[in-house]
Amino acid sequence: MAQPAQRPVFAPWNDPNEKPLIQFQNVTKKFGEFVAVDGITIDIFRREFFALLGPSGCGKTTLMRMLAGFEKPTEGQILLDGVDLAPIPPNKRETNMMFQSYALFPHLTVWDNIAFGLRRSEMPKDRIPARVEEMLRLTRLEKFARRKPHQISGGQRQRVALARSLAKAPKLLLLDEPLGALDKKLRQDTQFELMDIQEKTGTTFLIVTHDQEEAMTVASRVAVMDHGRMIQVDTPDRIYENPNSVYVADFIGDVNIVEGRATRKGDDKYAIAWAEGQPDIMATSNERIEQGTKVHFAIRPEKVAIATSRPTDRANVIEGKVSDIAYLGNISTYKVEVAGGRMIKAQVANERRLARRDITWDDKVFLSFTDTAGVILLR
Amino acid sequence: MNPRRFFLIATPYLWLLLFFLVPFGIVLKIALSDTAISIPPYTPVLDLAEGWAGVKAFFADLDVENFTFLASDPLYITAYISSLKIALISTFITLLVGYPIAYGMAQAPDEWRPTLMMLVILPFWTSFLIRIYAWIGILSNEGFLNQFLMSTGLIDSPLTILNTNIAVYIGIVYAYLPFMILPIYTALEKLDVSLIEAAEDLGCSRFQAFWLVTFPLSRPGVIAGCFLVFIPAIGEFVIPSLLGGTQTLMIGKTLYDEFFANRDWPVASAVAVVLLLILIIPIVLFQRNEQKQREAGQ
Repeated sequence: MAQPAQRPVFAPWNDPNEKPLIQFQNVTKKFGEFVAVDGITIDIFRREFFALLGPSGCGKTTLMRMLAGFEKPTEGQILLDGVDLAPIPPNKRETNMMFQSYALFPHLTVWDNIAFGLRRSEMPKDRIPARVEEMLRLTRLEKFARRKPHQISGGQRQRVALARSLAKAPKLLLLDEPLGALDKKLRQDTQFELMDIQEKTGTTFLIVTHDQEEAMTVASRVAVMDHGRMIQVDTPDRIYENPNSVYVADFIGDVNIVEGRATRKGDDKYAIAWAEGQPDIMATSNERIEQGTKVHFAIRPEKVAIATSRPTDRANVIEGKVSDIAYLGNISTYKVEVAGGRMIKAQVANERRLARRDITWDDKVFLSFTDTAGVILLR
Repeated sequence: MNPRRFFLIATPYLWLLLFFLVPFGIVLKIALSDTAISIPPYTPVLDLAEGWAGVKAFFADLDVENFTFLASDPLYITAYISSLKIALISTFITLLVGYPIAYGMAQAPDEWRPTLMMLVILPFWTSFLIRIYAWIGILSNEGFLNQFLMSTGLIDSPLTILNTNIAVYIGIVYAYLPFMILPIYTALEKLDVSLIEAAEDLGCSRFQAFWLVTFPLSRPGVIAGCFLVFIPAIGEFVIPSLLGGTQTLMIGKTLYDEFFANRDWPVASAVAVVLLLILIIPIVLFQRNEQKQREAGQ
């Protein structure tokens, strides 16, 4: 998609002259026999909002704890601003962490919690109150400064934790599932607040989450992890539109995946034979795929159109029967049974009222999509 | 109020009335009586046969003479002060010994904790009296400790520990250590590890993190432990009489002598009543602390 040209795009990872803030160099972490982090190499840049996304046990938290200093890499190096972090204990690192449980000190007031780190720092005593006030303003907590953590709500506690970890103006802020304990509505509001604060303070944020929507919303880049490895590191839109593997395609959002064999049909066009008696799926790929290679074709449900009559202008048309309709208010998902009992999902925005919907259960329908709508995945 | 609730609430009050207030009333009555060579060894005795006049005469005979006697005789005042001192010092030593043990237990791997807990409670399986007697064998001039120290050549002549205040401190610290360890351990065990990590993350050294986070958060346990040691230690009788010497003055021992050696029940009862009044202050403080903790927990 074309970006408006007048605005420079924030993409330091594409700039070869940009110096990374954090460098993971072949970092491995083992707990006994268990390999939590498996040879990760990645650069993270200043002012980035970097998300580590993956299911629980994928190593994302271990990666973050190594940055904070609570774990040491078994192999490899982690550099912060070009300095090896290994010999530096957690209390001497220029990183701060916002804990999943918030870890607010229950015996201290909101004010003292925020001032806690400042009092251990070089900051002159008389400048601490001003900094705490600034943090309270930033997180809109002025009214709660004198309360203890158990006297405020979950959302407020979350903001105290954020204020406390930002107070020392760390080079890097680590956020461990920062919104996990909030309910959905509050979580969405807080996501925007987080982005706002990140922009205002210019701090580099590294967020660990298992919630793909959260990662997609807040992050400048997302790293999808599985079994201690980074499967794909890219901008949210590329992760969504151009997943590099079935794992990523499946982990992020809803997807239809069809297995088949690819045949080259001109420059970057491929035909995928996926079912007896069905026309091949036409798709494009920049990669060179050998004749007859087994591939997966992935397409997002919202990129599949559904109609009662055969469309003529689409490269791919598949006939099927509506087996299920999920009405979600703003959108509807149609589960359509196609050849061989396979299910393909099509998602349609509900532009008309439900009563005027012209497709219903067991209707014969035509699913269609262009030859650039999906992606061909080799793994 | 339904009868079930009434019963539930009434039970502890009834218990308190029967087993605390009534006996206390009797002790208080004896404290207000005069000693006599008779059975029971005090007067007046309430004689209901004489009717209302008897009751009147009975109350007319009660006086606070024994309390004024306690205040006038320095022996009792010194005994109270000495008891307070011994109880305070031994509570403090118990805290110094107990805190690191509780801390170590809370840091131990999960699978070890039940065993460690068992080891702390294990001494209770042996009679208290026997355990204190055992210390005589350890601390006496020919005891295990002196034999060991002399065999290693650290000392030439045996140390005199038994029958001194030091032996009393050793005895009290030993006997009440579990009461200190358990509440502190409970407080430390509940502590979220991420709080310590957060403190370190915000720039604390290990020691600072302990002092600024761990210790304040274990304070309720420390306070509970101190009261659990201090309250019984102040009235302790067995330890000072078995391990202490002639110069060891504790109110529990004085009380015992008054009752059994002097057979002066009224004065002994007065000593007991005053001791109770002294103890009520820390107990009330203790209750307040518990109450505050409960409120904070909500």
